[in-house]
Amino acid sequence: MINFILRRVVTSVVLLIIISMVTFGVFFMVPKLAGTNPAELYVGKSATPADVAATARKLGLDKPIYVQYGEFMKGLVAGREYDNGPDKTHCAAPCFGYSFRNDRPVWPLLLDRLPVTISLTVGAAIIWLLGGVLAGVISALRRGSVLDRIVMVVALAGVSLPIYFTGLLAQLFFVHNLHWFKGGEYVNFADDPFGWANKLFLGWVTLALLYAATYARLTRAQMLETVSEDYIRTARAKGLRERVVVGKHAMRSVLTPIVTIFGLDLGAALGGAILTESVFSLPGIGRLSIDAVNTKDLPVVLGVTLFGAMFIVLANFLVDIVYAVIDPRVRLS
Amino acid sequence: MKGVDMATDLLADGQSASGGTARSGPQTFLDVRDLRIHFPTDDGLVKAVDGLSFSLERGRTLGIVGESGSGKSVTSLGILGLHRQSRAKVSGEVWLDGEELIAASAERVRSLRGQRMSMIFQDPLTAMHPYFSVGAQIVEAYRVHHNVSKKVARQHAIDMLGRVGIPQPAKRVDDYPHQFSGGMRQRAMIAMALVNNPELLIADEPTTALDVTVQAQILDLIRDLQEEFQSAVIMITHDLGVVAELADDILVMYGGKSVEYGAAETIFRRPEHPYAWGLLGSMPRVDREVRERLIPVKGTPPSLINLPSGCAFHPRCPYEGRNGIPCRTQVPTLAEGSDHGVACHIPPADRQRIFSEDIAPAL
Amino acid sequence: MASSTQTERTATRPATDNLLEVSGLEKHFPITRGAFVRRKVGAVHAVDGVDFSIRAGETLGVVGESGCGKSTTGRLVTRLLEPTGGKITFEGRDITHLSTGAMRDLRRDVQMIFQDPYSSLNPRHTVGTIVGAPLRVQKIPTPQGIKRAVQDLLELVGLNPEHYNRYPHEFSGGQRQRIGIARALALRPKLIVCDEPVSALDVSIQAQVVNLLDDLQRELNLTYMFIAHDLSVVKHISDRVAVMYLGKIVEIADRDALYATPFHPYTLALLSAVPVPDPARRDRAQRERVLLTGDVPSPIDPPSGCRFRTRCWKAQDKCAQEVPPLRELASGHRVACHFPVEEAERTPQGRMAAQQAAAEIPPDNTAEPAL
Repeated sequence: MINFILRRVVTSVVLLIIISMVTFGVFFMVPKLAGTNPAELYVGKSATPADVAATARKLGLDKPIYVQYGEFMKGLVAGREYDNGPDKTHCAAPCFGYSFRNDRPVWPLLLDRLPVTISLTVGAAIIWLLGGVLAGVISALRRGSVLDRIVMVVALAGVSLPIYFTGLLAQLFFVHNLHWFKGGEYVNFADDPFGWANKLFLGWVTLALLYAATYARLTRAQMLETVSEDYIRTARAKGLRERVVVGKHAMRSVLTPIVTIFGLDLGAALGGAILTESVFSLPGIGRLSIDAVNTKDLPVVLGVTLFGAMFIVLANFLVDIVYAVIDPRVRLS
Repeated sequence: MKGVDMATDLLADGQSASGGTARSGPQTFLDVRDLRIHFPTDDGLVKAVDGLSFSLERGRTLGIVGESGSGKSVTSLGILGLHRQSRAKVSGEVWLDGEELIAASAERVRSLRGQRMSMIFQDPLTAMHPYFSVGAQIVEAYRVHHNVSKKVARQHAIDMLGRVGIPQPAKRVDDYPHQFSGGMRQRAMIAMALVNNPELLIADEPTTALDVTVQAQILDLIRDLQEEFQSAVIMITHDLGVVAELADDILVMYGGKSVEYGAAETIFRRPEHPYAWGLLGSMPRVDREVRERLIPVKGTPPSLINLPSGCAFHPRCPYEGRNGIPCRTQVPTLAEGSDHGVACHIPPADRQRIFSEDIAPAL
Repeated sequence: MASSTQTERTATRPATDNLLEVSGLEKHFPITRGAFVRRKVGAVHAVDGVDFSIRAGETLGVVGESGCGKSTTGRLVTRLLEPTGGKITFEGRDITHLSTGAMRDLRRDVQMIFQDPYSSLNPRHTVGTIVGAPLRVQKIPTPQGIKRAVQDLLELVGLNPEHYNRYPHEFSGGQRQRIGIARALALRPKLIVCDEPVSALDVSIQAQVVNLLDDLQRELNLTYMFIAHDLSVVKHISDRVAVMYLGKIVEIADRDALYATPFHPYTLALLSAVPVPDPARRDRAQRERVLLTGDVPSPIDPPSGCRFRTRCWKAQDKCAQEVPPLRELASGHRVACHFPVEEAERTPQGRMAAQQAAAEIPPDNTAEPAL
């Protein structure tokens, strides 16, 4: 088992390094290929060529890409100094770069936004996991019934309707018409738990609906497959109550693939639920990335991308470990 | 340990006597009367079992022989009440020790399942849950029917594994099914089926997935355990060799019906149904001189959705329509109450003569 | 390696009457570990030094329990698998490591029939396409057209030629196996390797297919290598029989000799375990059965010396130390055993005595009982 974990850690680290190379390459090569100088993005269109060249030198943009990548990686591990004109700015490790638009290192920017994103996605994840699995199980057990059809239609709608549609509709209806929820700014959980939940609730449900739909369909398919397995027949032949047969024997098999997908989905959502955050004006990482793209703040875009990738790789790693724990055939082979 | 067993067994018996249907049925231990299991499907009604009757005493073994689609496995699941009521229409009577099960409540049948009647399945790898240890699965089977602590049940599971011949049972009890070999898995499956000392054990192709040397071990094990527990055993198989090893009585199924039913000796020595002759003629034998050719049954087993009219075997029967017998139009019935039932229109004297003159010499 | 002596023996034999000769044949499947760099940590010794030959026109039955390497041997002979070692000669030509191009010619002469008639037929192709494929691929001239050639083949295996345009799922199991046979016959091969061709079929259908194989052999002068776990079927169809255990042939002889007087303890055990469809013999059969304890050991780490010794009632120290060579004990009857079964041991009492004799010799500590 320890061997297995170590192998996974090594794989994950290697994967992260590869991702960082590719992302870095894309973000710094594309402007070049497009014929624009990234330094121009920082100084603005009205700047003289001399200013641009000076900025490029200052940011190290005139150096070959592998040197830039090396400096970036060094910054990640050990921190980095930015020669910011008259004074130097220190960017402490892990340094994801320096946003000149915000005049701050990228990392604290991310950290500021992280609680919002976590609040949104973890809350939504709990709803979509419980709701989706429950709906899927009921649907499978009542296969062909009216209930089954309703769940599947809702699931289909959930998958196909985009968030900016359901989200805006929900806001219009529940916030503006019914006044069940307040609009306004995001508040921290520590400051006002009720306000926090009030602000997030529609976001949770909207985001959860999208995922819950997938989970319901997946659970239903898994459950239908599992109940026809021989070992389910054996469980019944032992005289177990139907509740135990489904709740213990079937669920154990159904949940295994669900756990895998859940880990990956959660990881991806933590990397930024861009649409949901935009629609519900939540200042999370997704919003940060949109703003950065709009202002062409390349270091932030790069930072967000790598940060998101980190979550996905981490989620992947955890899923592998969990999978090994729940499936003895993986663990013991 | 034994004391606990007996006490709980007595308790269970007492409950069943008071809670179950009053004893009014036949006096044999297991009595199946006119069992019908039909599945309505989009393509039509599948009559998987259609009017099956047999009986079985404690300590005896009934072999049910048939090919794929004969309804033999559906029968066993029907006795245990394992068909979904929404999918299958089950009618007829199944009397287990004086208690009728088809009309009994689902909860009542559940409480008997695994306790007084249990089942061994064909493929022990797929029949055991891959995510639970072998011990946990046996413990569970015991604790459904016995109100004991996990520790007591675990000890019982270890004892049971030891009794079915698993070496170092205390160590292997925590292993998962995939860590067992095929033969060991089937032993574990048997341990699970026998953990509550069932009086009726149904074995559905218990050795088909196993190698021949392991098959011999498992058949011997079932025989020994049967002697020890005095249970009634139903052995379902397509292999005439396996039934000959174990069965006291044999029931040959074809197209959801019983076509020949009698003592094992009779069925092997003086079979009277042309299908039984076909089965014997089809089998190469390791214990005899090699025949020049096998004598197969022509054609293929029928589809249960679209059974041939009259005698379901008539399209494959070489004697169909002989001397104007109504094979295509009338369904032959198995004589009730006789010790050798044959569902065939050929007159008994003719059948016996055909077998002794034409069939037996060629076997 | 014990097989070296065998190689010499087969080499000195005149090659003319043998269609196929196999010597020292090995197939090891590597087991690898590691996330990035795959390193070999061991090997499954699926086939480990097998020698046999098949004469033109005969049927060689190969029996053994699952994992004994019989199917792998079949796949090596048809060159669906690349041998790790040894030599395969077909009609005097070395085919052990044929190139893909040269393999095409071999395919005309050597064909295979598989166990599962359903999964070995492409469900999206009609029977006509499936059976005609070898003719098209090999560009065999068909004077009256491919359709006619395929219909002749269908008729030959007892299928209705009009079913040319049907799909595999429209046929029953037995009919599908006939389709598989028709496909194998399309190129008029000399040798057909039948890998468990009847195991998946119902008893009554099994007999039809066995008879069909018999008839085809006679009509088309075919040679069969018939791989099966069912000793009764193998007895019926074979002229000679090889018994395999853990990647090796332990006994090979004429059919009647092997079934009447097996010399290898494993063969004796195997034969005694076959259930006999005769209830009168039940008790006697059970008493006389040679019960093997435990299961077949892992082919990843097979026992030293004789591979059967961990389950053998006659095992002595020598069995753990020396690999028994395949020796000729009677004419054409070769056995790989240091202590072949003696006449007295064919009864349970005799076996008991032999067991005691073996036990008197200090037990070898490596011969622990297999789990």
